[in-house]
Amino acid sequence: MTEAARLIPCSEAVRQLWDYLDHALSPEDQARVVGHLAFCRKCCGELEFAKELQAFLASNESDEIPTHVKEHLERFVKELDD
Amino acid sequence: MDKGRGRGANGEGTHISTGTKTDFERLAVEAIPRLYVIARRLAGDGAEDLVQECLMRAYRSFSTLADPQAGGGWLRKILVNAYRDRLRKEARSVQEVAVDEVDDFSLYRTIAEEDPFPYSDSVHMDFLHSFAREDVHAVLLRMPDIYRAPLVLRYMQGYATKEIARMLDAPLGTILARLHRGRKLFERELWAYARQAGLLQKGAGR
Repeated sequence: MTEAARLIPCSEAVRQLWDYLDHALSPEDQARVVGHLAFCRKCCGELEFAKELQAFLASNESDEIPTHVKEHLERFVKELDD
Repeated sequence: MDKGRGRGANGEGTHISTGTKTDFERLAVEAIPRLYVIARRLAGDGAEDLVQECLMRAYRSFSTLADPQAGGGWLRKILVNAYRDRLRKEARSVQEVAVDEVDDFSLYRTIAEEDPFPYSDSVHMDFLHSFAREDVHAVLLRMPDIYRAPLVLRYMQGYATKEIARMLDAPLGTILARLHRGRKLFERELWAYARQAGLLQKGAGR
């Protein structure tokens, strides 16, 4: 049986999409996902969306530290015993 | 905690730039905004307290910091360590979610099927854009810590999975499994939140 050429169902491809994007799959699994994406438009949509979700998470990383919290923490540092 | 004096006793005239309280203050003050942001994503309302814990720990071991350039990353690791220890103490860490409970959920499919913005030709993007920053924060805080932490560290802070395993002191396989479930949980909670918070009502796009 040629492992790399084995077909996988959508459920399996979808389960592996994020790891695929992370390059965290074994070469065999990677090849199977690529093989699946080559003929499955639905999963291509899932893949695009997985990418969007990753970007979405990254773009929501930053945040403003409230001024009073910042000042309070700075005072805390200054008062660490010396 | 007598860093300055300890140094002085070791060798007259050997100036070590990472040694003094002033150096620590400079490093800490610069790092505080980013530390707070990470702490808030990890610990929600406990963020400020967590940063304080981190700063106390860091100050105690400041003399072990060899490269002052690496001070920011060093502080962030201490922060994640402090968070991990806190979880352990609170024993909130065992909230495993059954795999099949979340594994079959596909946000992509759900959005396509429910079609919350019928007049849109990019319904998936419109869905994501309906979330303000605080909405995303709220969604993350609905997740159990053990799933939220790897997700935040991987996709918001950009740490490699191996690094996350080291910081959270868990086997890599465990972190990978939690990341996987965490992504699914996040998708499911995004959808649930959007419905509950009324983000899907017609014209509710921001």
